[in-house]
Amino acid sequence: MLQELFNLPANLPVVASEHGADVDNFIIYIHWLMAALFIGWSSYYIYVLWRFNGKKNKKADYHGARTHVSSYLEVAVAIVEVVLLTAFAIPMWAKVVEEVPKPEESTQIRVMAQQFAWNFMHPGADDKFGKQAFDLVSEENKFGRDLEDENGKDDIFTLNEIHLPVDKKVVFHTSSLDVIHSFKVIAMRICQDTIPGMSIPVWCEPLKVGRYQINCAQLCGNGHTAMTGGFLNVDSQEDYDAWLAQNTPADGEEGAGALSFE
Amino acid sequence: MEVPYTVKNRPDTGLYNAKIGIWLFLASEVMLFGALFSSYILLRVTAQEGEWPTELLNVPIGTVNTLVLILSSVTVVMAWASLKLNNFKKFKFYQGLTVICAMIFVMIKSYEYRDKFTHHDVILTNGMRVDGHLVEETSEYIVLSHPLEYPAEKGIGYRPTALHEAEEEANAHGGGHHHTEDRKIMLSDIEKRTNWGPWANTYFAIYFTLTGLHALHVIGGALVMAYFWGPGSRMWKKNPEQFTNRIEVSGLFWHFVDLVWIFLFPILYLL
Amino acid sequence: MDSTEAKEHHGAEHDAGHGHDHHDPGFMRKYIFSTDHKIIGIQYGLTSLLFMLAGFFLIAVMRWSIAFPGEPLPVIGSLLNTFMAGMTSPVLDPETNELIGYAISNDLYNSFGAMHGTIMVFLAVVPLAFAAFGNYVVPLQIGAIDMAFPRLNMASYHLFLLGGLVMLGSFFIPGGPAQAGWTSYSPLATSIPTDGQLYWLIAMVIIITSSLLGAVNFIATIIQLRAPGMTWMRLPFFCWAQFVTAFLLLLAFPPLEVGALLQLMDRVAGTSFYLPTGLAISSMQDVSGGGSPLLYQHLFWFLGHPEVYVLILPAMGVVSEIIANNTRKPIWGYKSLVYSTLVLGFLSFIVWAHHMYLTGMGTKISTFFQTTTMIISIPSVIILTCLFISLWGGSIRFNTPMLFALAFLPMFGIGGLTGLPLGFNYSDIHLHDTYYVIGHFHYVVAPGTIFALIAGIYFWYPKLTGRYMSEFWGKVHFWCSFVFMNLTFQPMFAQGMAGMERRMADGGAGYSVANNPDAIGALADQFLKLNVNITFAAYALGLSQIPFIINLFYSISKGRSVESDNPWQSTTLEWQTPTPPPHGNFTTPPKVFAGPYEYSVPGAAQDYNPQNQKS
Ligand code: HEA
Ligand code: HEA
Ligand code: CUA
Ligand SMILES: [Cu+2]
Repeated sequence: MLQELFNLPANLPVVASEHGADVDNFIIYIHWLMAALFIGWSSYYIYVLWRFNGKKNKKADYHGARTHVSSYLEVAVAIVEVVLLTAFAIPMWAKVVEEVPKPEESTQIRVMAQQFAWNFMHPGADDKFGKQAFDLVSEENKFGRDLEDENGKDDIFTLNEIHLPVDKKVVFHTSSLDVIHSFKVIAMRICQDTIPGMSIPVWCEPLKVGRYQINCAQLCGNGHTAMTGGFLNVDSQEDYDAWLAQNTPADGEEGAGALSFE
Repeated sequence: MEVPYTVKNRPDTGLYNAKIGIWLFLASEVMLFGALFSSYILLRVTAQEGEWPTELLNVPIGTVNTLVLILSSVTVVMAWASLKLNNFKKFKFYQGLTVICAMIFVMIKSYEYRDKFTHHDVILTNGMRVDGHLVEETSEYIVLSHPLEYPAEKGIGYRPTALHEAEEEANAHGGGHHHTEDRKIMLSDIEKRTNWGPWANTYFAIYFTLTGLHALHVIGGALVMAYFWGPGSRMWKKNPEQFTNRIEVSGLFWHFVDLVWIFLFPILYLL
Repeated sequence: MDSTEAKEHHGAEHDAGHGHDHHDPGFMRKYIFSTDHKIIGIQYGLTSLLFMLAGFFLIAVMRWSIAFPGEPLPVIGSLLNTFMAGMTSPVLDPETNELIGYAISNDLYNSFGAMHGTIMVFLAVVPLAFAAFGNYVVPLQIGAIDMAFPRLNMASYHLFLLGGLVMLGSFFIPGGPAQAGWTSYSPLATSIPTDGQLYWLIAMVIIITSSLLGAVNFIATIIQLRAPGMTWMRLPFFCWAQFVTAFLLLLAFPPLEVGALLQLMDRVAGTSFYLPTGLAISSMQDVSGGGSPLLYQHLFWFLGHPEVYVLILPAMGVVSEIIANNTRKPIWGYKSLVYSTLVLGFLSFIVWAHHMYLTGMGTKISTFFQTTTMIISIPSVIILTCLFISLWGGSIRFNTPMLFALAFLPMFGIGGLTGLPLGFNYSDIHLHDTYYVIGHFHYVVAPGTIFALIAGIYFWYPKLTGRYMSEFWGKVHFWCSFVFMNLTFQPMFAQGMAGMERRMADGGAGYSVANNPDAIGALADQFLKLNVNITFAAYALGLSQIPFIINLFYSISKGRSVESDNPWQSTTLEWQTPTPPPHGNFTTPPKVFAGPYEYSVPGAAQDYNPQNQKS
């Protein structure tokens, strides 16, 4: 654990999202508390084992320590925990789950996990998804789309690769076709279990252009280890616009057909 | 060597061993049924609009069964009290009555189960849906009695709530959707069909699980009490105090089983 | 009384329900169908040690796959292929196309992973910590002649054995054992084709029933059968720990039983408790839907969290006994220990959802659960603090049991401290389901609980056999285990921080930089390489147990004999009986006059005052 504490900043992988640094800092603060307790108690421990070795100290003291230091210590631990909780964990979590960005100010993506790949749905140029319902979901219609809906005509579907513009908030509406997976993008410091029958949003603001690994962080069957094909491509605005233009289904063309699941 | 306090109370706790044992066991039973009730609540509140069928059970029959169990709760106390009063004959009478009540309960319950298992729910290829009791089945067709026909919107096993009003109205006026004559349906016209078993929908799933587990408790309790009524009662001669304790302990269990039903009845039949 | 006479006498009125004072009852009645708590304790102990060995064997195979994915398993590869036909993957030489061995397939890895967790938790540690130690020691420590319900006690062991055998049986069916982790989440568990999952569920229901019977028995025993004068505040801390543990089992297991039952219904009766609408799994077209996958997780973790305290509390109990005895002074803050344990017991029922932060939890609920999680860490801190401070002023004897007990403290400390960043949801975003979690809980269960249990074995061994285990080999065992435990689990924190995930048959190679050269967030090489170190450390850890196993069996007949019935000069009642204790435990019914840890009382002639002696 000592090693881990000293390498801590180095051990944490690259961060590329706006809130990611907060997550890292928070992890580091907690580890300071842990380090203080660990080093303090370890020093005490080693000293005591040396000092009260039976060979040296023949007669034990019935009363032992007569001190209240330990109570102060316990109170101190409690106070630090309260601070970590109220000043950091609760408000930061609230920001992550309650303040999901509105469609006007963000890119909206639907994620449908499946054994063992990621299906993505992008609202296309009109920024609007077509209607969707779980009782329409089937192996042919993975997102449970209402095929009549006008808004859905220009939606873009991709497998495993999805493109987003940099410096713009993105909301992923995650769900699953079959079992529980977990949509984790380490560099973005987001992780959300994808649960069949539920659509759960998770969001971040990518700050750096790049191609990011998507991990499936939940045992989802015997191909779990092989579910490594997913990537999040954060593009500059031009590249993104180009991607969008290229992939938008032409007028009259059925959305789902434009780009099949490869 | 005897384990102490199997018969007499321990002075500082005021209990004998078996009594504390049964209370602890009942605490774990509370958690067992508590978890099932919680599951019921969670499934029910997360159910989609109209996907939780209600009023499918026969309330009068359920009420009769409730009364039977309540009655048995009284007789089980009477049996124990008779022993306390040293009246073995009366004990036999009340204990026997309790066992009979238990048997009646199980019989009524199995009648209800049979009623559900023979109730078939069919979605036709033309988008309509028919449900009714299966009276005949061949390799070409099935016949349902008291069929009810309505458009199939939701998945199998569900009945739109509005239907109940329609059904009542139909019953009142002797017409409408409700047909009294049997309905013959060709298998080729059927898209999907199921009977009302636990697989039909989550409501039936939890209904059968809860009542099934409860029925197992009733049967288990009845077996024990029948044993104490019959061969087990020989202990009365040798060790009346211990025998009375056993009756008390089995009675506590029986009260718990009744209590569970008192919760089950409203949440499954009435709400 | 003449023994044949006694037999006949009792044979006549057998159903009276208390005919357990036979003399010379024959092998079967004495060792297999015994109702004596001491024999049952030993039965539990040996069975669970065997299961622990099995659990280690499984992880040894898995660790090979993690360190060397796809490479043929040495030594036992073909043996495994024979046993688990169809689940190993044959490896061919790329040039000659000859079969060079068998590698572990993903299915096999997942099976073993699920079984390692299940066996270690439910079939090794709980039965050893709670049932074995509890059975042997608790009635002795409270001065009882046996458990309150001896025949129920026998039944719970037999049920446990049956459940264990059903669980093991699933290794021998086509398709192999369960593959959905020890957590067995639905819908995965429901959709997995192997019947092993069915075996898992049935075995769990049986094991749970066994634990419930055991828990009722323990609580009733502690409440009812304490010797005269054994007031609650004179109860050795070990008994308190077992008492609270029994309540946890009693109240937390039934919901898991429900969880298993509903999953069983989903598998065999076609219900949809955990299967939502909108599921598109080809093998499960016909379900009605409308269920909730999260319901299962709630039921599982409602047990799951109290369960971890079931793993740790008895261990803490053992450690306190040994520390008091070998520092030759009372435990510091006995009352705080007791109250903290009670508080821990209560709170452990309301923290379960900290395992589910990333299932899409709103602020209110997650605030509740992370607050309770932080609150529950306080009693743990208090317990550890009391034990640490107990060392102050002692005259510490460093014998083998004490070494293991002493090592428990910092090891549990590390495990507990690393629970904190997991307990805050915001940091859990990054750490959830990584090797950081694996490191966290192994530090508490392996160098924590297992060390405490081994300490207990060394400590109470002279009571069972009248002989000591070898000190020298005990110390070899300790130092090797201590070093390799840390070498095994410590690097896991670094891996977890780097984002390496658990339950990966290839140890994360699929997400490595080598595999995804242009991807940001891929796993750096240095962390992948640690897998090899860990694997060899784990093997060395396994080998370190050999001196222990030999010592354990060899010393039964060859160990150094104890000088007296109370070889450690202890105060508690289990040492104030003949060695080994006869049927009925005490030669004269004990009376208790003092607290449990009256060591080095000022002015006393010797440095320990047994509880049953007037001082
Ligand atoms: C015996 C078992 C045990 C114990 C005691 C604990 C104790 C704790 N656990 Fe752990 N936990 C597990 C077993 C255990 N856990 C298991 C098995 C899992 C994984 C299950 C799975 O997913 O498969 C898990 C997972 C787990 C998670 C979920 C992680 C995730 O999946 O993302 C969380 C989150 O809150 C958590 C938190 C805690 C906390 C806050 C404690 C606290 O109670 C700890 C309190 C203790 C302290 C704070 C230490 C105090 C020490 C000192 C003050 C002295 C220090 C001195 C020195 C080091 C010298 N645990
Ligand atoms: C009490 C619980 C317990 C214990 C003791 C252990 C002990 C060990 N565990 Fe395990 N482990 C779990 C519970 C436990 N584990 C759980 C719940 C999981 C999660 C599963 C899941 O993901 O679903 C897990 C997962 C897990 C993983 C992650 C797998 C993955 O995510 O893919 C790893 C990886 O290294 C691991 C390693 C080890 C090692 C090296 C030990 C070593 O410490 C083992 C040491 C033991 C020995 C060396 C044996 C000693 C034997 C004796 C003393 C017996 C003597 C016998 C006689 C006298 C007859 N464990
Ligand atoms: Cu998908 Cu793991
Ligand atoms: Cu927990």
